[in-house]
Amino acid sequence: MLLSDFQDGFSQALAGTAPAAAPWLAALQAQPGFAVYRNTSAKGCIDALQASYPTVCQLVGEEWFRAAAAVFAHAQPPQNGRLMGYGAGFADFLAGFAPAAELPYLPAVAHLDRCWTECHLAADAAALQPHWLARQPPEALAQLPLPPHPAARWAWCDGHPAYALWQHHRDGLPLPEPLEWQGDGGLLTRPDAAVTWHGIDRAGVAFMDACAQGLPLGPAAAHALAADPAVDLTGLLRKLLDAGALVSGASSPPPLSSPYSLSSRTDFQESP
Amino acid sequence: MAPTTPQTPRLTAGLGLKPQHYADALHCRAPGLWWEVHPENYMADGGPRMAWLQAIRAQHPVALHGVSLSLAADAPPDESHLARLAALVQRIEPMLVSEHLAWSAWRGQYWPDLLPFPRSTAALHRIAGNIARTQDVLGRPIAIENPTHYLHLDGHEWAEPEFLAELVRRTGCALLLDVNNVHVSANNLGTSAEAYLDAFPLHAVAEIHLAGHHADPVHGNALLIDSHDAPVAPAVWALYARVIARTGPLPTLIERDDQLPGFDELLAERNQAHGMLTAAHAAHAAQTAKTACGAPVEEAPCC
Repeated sequence: MLLSDFQDGFSQALAGTAPAAAPWLAALQAQPGFAVYRNTSAKGCIDALQASYPTVCQLVGEEWFRAAAAVFAHAQPPQNGRLMGYGAGFADFLAGFAPAAELPYLPAVAHLDRCWTECHLAADAAALQPHWLARQPPEALAQLPLPPHPAARWAWCDGHPAYALWQHHRDGLPLPEPLEWQGDGGLLTRPDAAVTWHGIDRAGVAFMDACAQGLPLGPAAAHALAADPAVDLTGLLRKLLDAGALVSGASSPPPLSSPYSLSSRTDFQESP
Repeated sequence: MAPTTPQTPRLTAGLGLKPQHYADALHCRAPGLWWEVHPENYMADGGPRMAWLQAIRAQHPVALHGVSLSLAADAPPDESHLARLAALVQRIEPMLVSEHLAWSAWRGQYWPDLLPFPRSTAALHRIAGNIARTQDVLGRPIAIENPTHYLHLDGHEWAEPEFLAELVRRTGCALLLDVNNVHVSANNLGTSAEAYLDAFPLHAVAEIHLAGHHADPVHGNALLIDSHDAPVAPAVWALYARVIARTGPLPTLIERDDQLPGFDELLAERNQAHGMLTAAHAAHAAQTAKTACGAPVEEAPCC
């Protein structure tokens, strides 16, 4: 038998998609050891998802989570061995997953978990420091491009306090009583060695969206004002700079932020 | 004059590096200690993982042990994966780069496992080509690990030790001998671990792996699982002692990937291997000196 034929048959048998199995494949599947490969493969996918979506897992419980993750892994198996980035489609999957219908905020919470992973793995870059902006000539400010930091991620959820739910679970805090049930947003950044998070309002989201589209400060501020005419633009910009959400888009090299340091917070794990 | 031998070899026993133990790993000064990582866990654009790995690398040797190159797939290795691996090798300057005699990627899908194949001569050609391609891209030899077996496959034309020896001969690669895999496979296939080791090309071994396993919950001891979630079993320690009595000391890794204990517990298990390697080193040095002393007078006097 050709090696490629063996691999076609074996992989279909692992996925459970083998048509009426050829005798050689049926003989393999009849051995007790075949299940070890099937179980190990499935466990690897599910462990990776559980490591990447800890808040979802906390909200639904480990048993429910692993059952849902198994369904997802079957529908969208990994394409490469970099499992730390596996599961990009999990939030969308949950949105269409019938057993999750009673938890309509779950996809938005999953999206914030995904933001954490992307923020954690993104490229290093020197974030713009607040004092850098103060040194720019006022007449040039409106035309300053301010691209988001490669690690910055932000998300808004319209119908549910997804960020409040996510943040309280991540920080290990009890939920406020009563929790105000309204839309909210989260901003995740990696200003130093660890992922950090802050609440962000609609104006801030509009501003970051505009920056990501390549708009300079003036038009980006107009987007923020359109989202919320009462926005405090100076306060918003300071908050974004303090969070390390922006880098310099100017052609001159940006000033370096403090040297990269190791955080004692290794709040991430490898899946086994 | 006899060559002076340090009391311990430079590298003895290492541990798999886990994020939970980064700070311990950075500060630990156990003699002979080194660390091993899966390169896949460090193929990120940036961030704290790489910063930690580089900081630990500044203090200790680090080995890269790949799990997804899929060398036994009937296809060339993925070039983008090879490029990422080469970039990591350049950055980390590892003491060793290793992979498995197995496949895990096929037609665009990845299985988080190390899958078996019939050891045919055609497979040998393909795998030798894949190893050669990898070594060309990395600019250095890699070591190939013997896999764990759970299935009786038809179509083997080569015994595994001979297959590995032939890969060494054709590509100049080294071998990584996983003693737990030898024990588990022999148990599951009903063969002899000792006979396997007797046939194994030990001269090519550059690193040894030791790990824990457990019995299948349904089939019990008839089916052992290479789970890396328990301490190394006594039978595996015994096989290991046999191996290093023949080879002398070789860098040895305690692999623990699941049910991770505290750092002190892992280090204690690692220290057991360190002690055995130090003893093997002393025995080997004594043997060398004895051989030299018995040499004819016209050769360099020994003492």
